Amino acid sequence: MTTHPDAALIVGYAAGATDLDEATLWSVEVHLETCAECRARVAGGAPADTLALLDRVATSLSVEIESGPSPARRARTWSAARRRWMVWSLLPWLSMTAGLLVTALLLETAMPALPSVVLLIAPVAPLPAVAAAWSRRHDPAWELIAGTPAAGLTMLLRRTLGVLLVAVPLLALAGLGAGAPVALTLVPCLAFTAATIALGAVIGVRRAAAGLAGAWVLAVLTPSLITEDLPVLLRPDSLGVWVLVTVAMAGLALTRADSFRRLSSTN
Amino acid sequence: MRAVSAAETAPTGYAWAVHAEELRVRAGRHLAVDGLDLALGTGVHGLLGPNGAGKTTLMRALATVVKPAGGRLTLLGHAADEHTDLRRVRRGIGYLPQQFGFYPRFTVREFVEYMAWLKEMPKAAIPDAVQRAIDRVGLAAKAGARMKTLSGGMQRRAGIAQAIVNDPSVLLLDEPTVGLDPEQRLEFRELIRDLGVDSCVLVSTHLVEDVAVACTDVVLINEGRLVFQGTPDTLAAYGHEGGAGDSPTERGYSALLRRHRAQEAVR
Repeated sequence: MTTHPDAALIVGYAAGATDLDEATLWSVEVHLETCAECRARVAGGAPADTLALLDRVATSLSVEIESGPSPARRARTWSAARRRWMVWSLLPWLSMTAGLLVTALLLETAMPALPSVVLLIAPVAPLPAVAAAWSRRHDPAWELIAGTPAAGLTMLLRRTLGVLLVAVPLLALAGLGAGAPVALTLVPCLAFTAATIALGAVIGVRRAAAGLAGAWVLAVLTPSLITEDLPVLLRPDSLGVWVLVTVAMAGLALTRADSFRRLSSTN
Repeated sequence: MRAVSAAETAPTGYAWAVHAEELRVRAGRHLAVDGLDLALGTGVHGLLGPNGAGKTTLMRALATVVKPAGGRLTLLGHAADEHTDLRRVRRGIGYLPQQFGFYPRFTVREFVEYMAWLKEMPKAAIPDAVQRAIDRVGLAAKAGARMKTLSGGMQRRAGIAQAIVNDPSVLLLDEPTVGLDPEQRLEFRELIRDLGVDSCVLVSTHLVEDVAVACTDVVLINEGRLVFQGTPDTLAAYGHEGGAGDSPTERGYSALLRRHRAQEAVR
């Protein structure tokens, strides 16, 4: 690689000399692949008629390119981002979250005697979409995706983030509409999402979401609707606890990253 | 033509691209693959077996989609069980599932691009690789059509395109010829012969004649166990013992199965 072929050889190669043996030809070609200087010498060493031919081809090509249609520019970046972060199959689940919140808001305005329904429903509102984001049933291409290197916790987190990007503004709006503290609508929701993923590493994301949502509805939502009293958990003093739970659950989920490499049948 | 890098021609550090020892894989509660020993190197291997023999379950395990219930599975020199980085193994695998789902609104090109991205290919290499894969399966004219508008055979070919887009060292095709017309099947045979030159291709099929002409090696399994592994000619030679079928290979297939069933009944 260090020695350049001598000038006579280059000129002979450029002219297509027939007296060069194959071994010499190959060594020249291999050298040319990596040496721009020698490529320039080949271009310069070509016979006059070859250079004229190349010129002619170049001129006619540029005329053709000028007169032809210009290359179509495709707006791809946005559509690619949308495909990756938001799989179409999640749309119905996100609209379910939206529907849930709208109903809660209506309920709250209709029956002011009840404790804030938006606050009560907020922690579990995004869970259906989170469960659907990592599920054999709801992703038509699950088998293709489960076999790819990108499948794993990163993909689940990315999809969950996609869900949250839609759910969090909805929750914030609903919280503002209901006059509830926005932090108390958002942080419990994040805590439940993180807990779903952490628990999902053990029993599958779908079961984890169903279990956590069920437990919340049975243990907190229903009793507080019956007693018409906002539970301690959703009063402003509890915010610190929710933050702690969120951080702990997110940390736990990260340590169990390997469990998400395969999309098991429990998902 | 494309330049071949040194990494591609470097010798591999393993004897078999796919090596299974005493492999057991569950499909639901049923042990669909039960103590299978299999070693596959470079070439085209045809996977034959009656319905319920465990072909699809074996394919899923080899594609690292499902976790083996027991035994050892080594893919491309790396153990493909837990506690290993499946990412590295998965980058070298191409997989076409039997029932392959896709997002109906994606165009063929978007679908193959998305899969190439999930296979963690370098971003700069994706457009060329996608175009090449689509060309190889003969879908170039339909690259801009949405997946849902394609016929069954075309969808199948798009599936093959996504499987080969990353130039896999292990290519697993589960029933790839379903829905292909006779001419396309000929082209498909040509394609897998071409791919089998430098990678390990495993094709599961019911069409014995496909195996006879396109495969260098036949793997016959029944009830999750290996019945026979050898060349198509050896399989055809078993046909002289008698057995139902119209061609020597078919006769060999049914003779071997009958013999295996008789042996199992004795046990």
